[in-house]
Amino acid sequence: MTSHAATIETGVRRPERGLGVYDKKVGMWVFLCSEVMFFTGLIGSYIILRFGASSTWPMPGEVLNVPVTAVNTFILICSSMTMVKAFAAIEHGDQRGLRLFLLATAVIGALFVSVQVYEYRELIHHGFLPSSGLYGATFFTMTGFHGFHVTVGVICMLWVTARAFRGGYTLEDHQGVEVIGLYWHFVDLVWIILFTIVYLI
Amino acid sequence: MNETETPLEVGEHRAPRYMAIWGALAVLTMIEVGVAFLGMPRSVTILALLGLAIWKALLVALYFMHLRFEPKLLRVVAAAPLIPAIILVVLVLFEY
Repeated sequence: MTSHAATIETGVRRPERGLGVYDKKVGMWVFLCSEVMFFTGLIGSYIILRFGASSTWPMPGEVLNVPVTAVNTFILICSSMTMVKAFAAIEHGDQRGLRLFLLATAVIGALFVSVQVYEYRELIHHGFLPSSGLYGATFFTMTGFHGFHVTVGVICMLWVTARAFRGGYTLEDHQGVEVIGLYWHFVDLVWIILFTIVYLI
Repeated sequence: MNETETPLEVGEHRAPRYMAIWGALAVLTMIEVGVAFLGMPRSVTILALLGLAIWKALLVALYFMHLRFEPKLLRVVAAAPLIPAIILVVLVLFEY
């Protein structure tokens, strides 16, 4: 525990001034703020293109496979749950729980991306492409950028998981786990919005 | 509260019931899909779906992202981009 004590003495865990939280967390939140604007830009464009479109927009379920995506939404929600479980585990110094739940999060996240790839394959097979009018263009742009975010999240999650297996996080210092958790939940949150406006409305 | 229990320090909080939040998110997702195909008037459906989506997003932000337990200033930072975001979406919607 001497290294932990040293960590505290060097001030990593000292209460920060300013926002009252540690720097990495502030950094992630500021980044997430920029991400909100990024996705808002996409959503704004979507509204303009959809309501300004001269052609009629397909009804929910007409082109897209809603049941499969609903299950995929549930899969992503499950990965958020395993992520908070990983965080809760290390908050209690439970290394085994941390590793198990981080690994589960990465695997479930990869499963989400796999289902999305399967969905894309099916759609393309049926002739629905990004070039298939405004509907195809907006669908692939919005879900594609989100899928890219999940993919990046899975890669980072594997990195954090590998670090956890080497004992890189402790009860006293597990900022990395919380910070990647924030990104992960944000990506889940964005999907909640996108699922509603792209698939259900 | 038990007398021997140490009071929570600033920034600390009891862990939210994550499984309950997860269950709520799963149930709300099922309700969403149901609402979308219920055949209610279009405007009612859209309003209901947006309400459910915002509800779910709030659950994730407040509990999974711990915003509910963060210092006030950090919550202000997190909420800041929502102002331009809402302005953009509302203005665009008024166009149509």
